[in-house]
Amino acid sequence: MTISIDPQKTNNESLQPKGWLRYFSFSLDHKVIGIQYLVCGFLFYLIGGSLASAIRIELASPMSDFMPRDVYNQVLTLHGTIMIFLWIVPVVNGAFGNYLIPFYVGARDMAFPRLNAVAFWLIPPSGLMLVASYFVEGAAQAGWTAYPPLSITTPQSGQIIWILSVLLLGGSSIFGGINFIATIIKLRRPGLKLMKLPMYCWAMLGTSLLVVLSTPVLAGTLILLSFDIIANTGFFNPVLGGNVVVYQHLFWFYSHPAVYIMVLPAFGLVSEILPVHARKPLFGYTTMVFSIMGIVVLGLVVWAHHMFTSGTPPWMRLFFTIATAFIAVPTGIKFFNWVATLWGGKISINSAMLFSCGFIINFVFGGITGVALAQVPFDIHVHDTYFVVAHFHYIVYGGTVFIIFSSIYHWFPKVTGKMLNEKLGILHFIITFIGFNLCFAPQHWLGLNGMPRRVAEYDPQFQFVNQISSLGALLMAISTIPFLINVFLSVRNGKDSGDNPWNALTPEWLTSSPPPVENWEGEAPLVEEPYGYGKEISERK
Amino acid sequence: MTTLDSSKEIQKNNSEVHDTHEDFRMFGLITFLIADGMTFAGFFAAYLTYKAVNPLPDGAIYELELPIPTLNTILLLVSSATFHKAGKALLKDKNSESQKWLFFTAFLGIIFLICQLFEYFHLPFGLTDNLFASTFYALTGFHGLHVTLGTLMILIIAWQSRIKGGRLTSQNMFPLEAVELYWHFVDGIWVILFIILYLL
Repeated sequence: MTISIDPQKTNNESLQPKGWLRYFSFSLDHKVIGIQYLVCGFLFYLIGGSLASAIRIELASPMSDFMPRDVYNQVLTLHGTIMIFLWIVPVVNGAFGNYLIPFYVGARDMAFPRLNAVAFWLIPPSGLMLVASYFVEGAAQAGWTAYPPLSITTPQSGQIIWILSVLLLGGSSIFGGINFIATIIKLRRPGLKLMKLPMYCWAMLGTSLLVVLSTPVLAGTLILLSFDIIANTGFFNPVLGGNVVVYQHLFWFYSHPAVYIMVLPAFGLVSEILPVHARKPLFGYTTMVFSIMGIVVLGLVVWAHHMFTSGTPPWMRLFFTIATAFIAVPTGIKFFNWVATLWGGKISINSAMLFSCGFIINFVFGGITGVALAQVPFDIHVHDTYFVVAHFHYIVYGGTVFIIFSSIYHWFPKVTGKMLNEKLGILHFIITFIGFNLCFAPQHWLGLNGMPRRVAEYDPQFQFVNQISSLGALLMAISTIPFLINVFLSVRNGKDSGDNPWNALTPEWLTSSPPPVENWEGEAPLVEEPYGYGKEISERK
Repeated sequence: MTTLDSSKEIQKNNSEVHDTHEDFRMFGLITFLIADGMTFAGFFAAYLTYKAVNPLPDGAIYELELPIPTLNTILLLVSSATFHKAGKALLKDKNSESQKWLFFTAFLGIIFLICQLFEYFHLPFGLTDNLFASTFYALTGFHGLHVTLGTLMILIIAWQSRIKGGRLTSQNMFPLEAVELYWHFVDGIWVILFIILYLL
């Protein structure tokens, strides 16, 4: 059976608002939805970033003088949850995925445009719910992990709103995942083979598989947790015969893959950006594909390395240590592929390239501490210390957020038809890079010396290093200013970019910038060599 | 011309202009069911872990009787077969026969739910009595929610397969096929649940 390409959609378009108003409508256009994800995510990033600043201000002195201790716990819970579920996951999957994937597979929209719009519009209300949960009596203060018994013994009305919000966000994520899988597998332009797709498609395919396989487990777990809170059952309550370790297993079955849900798309994006600005083909396409799929499979069987101190039996520790160490292999392959892509290339030093290189440097550092953390003896020493905080932020901020900025610099001309200002962009990069490393590198030392995380007060001997870290956080907060100025100025008065300012070969650049509603005037081009740089046009297939 | 008419006009024009593609709604549904299955997998894993490491405390009551769930298993397996019959009848354009089979399937679903409730009311333990009681109600309740939704959807497509003005025809089988797949999925989950919860 065949159906026509969503005639309903084009039908609605004549009735829908034009211009900027369409970003506030239930638009079915994947490009509009992508931008909705990005801007919505960025607004939540500003909220989460303010909370991070509050945390660092508190930690500038050893006593809890900036806010009470319970408020500190609530702030760090909200910071973690917002950054993960409302900034990183929606932006790196939803925003760039929606904007780019239909171009990459040669389609006019996603496979299920209506589901796509529903998935986005679940985010603003659940985000507002999450923020609102802070103002309810008994705001969530058990961290983004919501470990029982802490989450079921502290005052709970805020925790319940927190759970509902995360459930909705998980639903949005699953709908998005289903859509990406269907689009990449089923909606490819005739003649376009899987092994000819740009790398971001593979990254999104892997990510979406992880979303579909692991997010439902989190949903089930949170439902059981809410039963414990509302109905006084004892699934995770030891007093009533329950088992807290079961919660940890179920939670990390989602939340370890969630790290890959946050970082795999960034791997894909950097693989798109580096070849363009180095004017070289992506090194090792096939190994890259197999590495992504290897990470997907291994990523599902390493969760208990978060639980080495939870009374995990020795055989389980051994298995999860080995499995985790194995993940370093595909990740290392990808790292060397990126370096080899840059090697001998004609590199343009622009903001997009700088942020991508920053990503490579930060990420290899976070990767090395990750392998260290996988070793049981070391992990037991630094568990729940600032070492873990430093490792995590090196992956998620130094890795993913750097790539989000890199991608914004790279695709801004595509979306708006204007260039971003390079001087402000480079300034943004320098402040972010210095601020980030100043903030998080000292935290490795703090963790190794035993400063616990998630506590408002600490031993006075750590004060100086904490102040360095807070200074870094201040720089990170400041770094947002040139970025925002840059975006607002460039949207209005930026230099015209033309259709393809980077002379890129991936399909999204082979149409006008900004693209027409239907993505291409006429038929979608068949791009069999998205990375055919440095070859004569006649040599390209 | 009313808005509705003009939109129909545009729709007609567009379907001529646009290229057509394969219908992959079924593919999307299968992906969704895999996700849904993972929720159950999480519950089963939790239950089996509890069974392995958390002993039932002294004096706690957790006993299940087999007759009603066995009857329920048979009901659901038969309903899968009757649903299949409905699809075959619709394929041969026998709409009224298809509708009869659909109503019969929905009827079996409702009987299943009634039996389930009957079991709930006659069990010697309640939701918060002990860990296994809670897990039992959470698992069967979550499955029962799926059966309820499935029964409602069967009633909707049975209404749609009416002869005059119905949307369901041998040319437009998708709603029936989708609900049928979902129903088989729910049956399959029940069989696993029956084995794990009652037989193990």
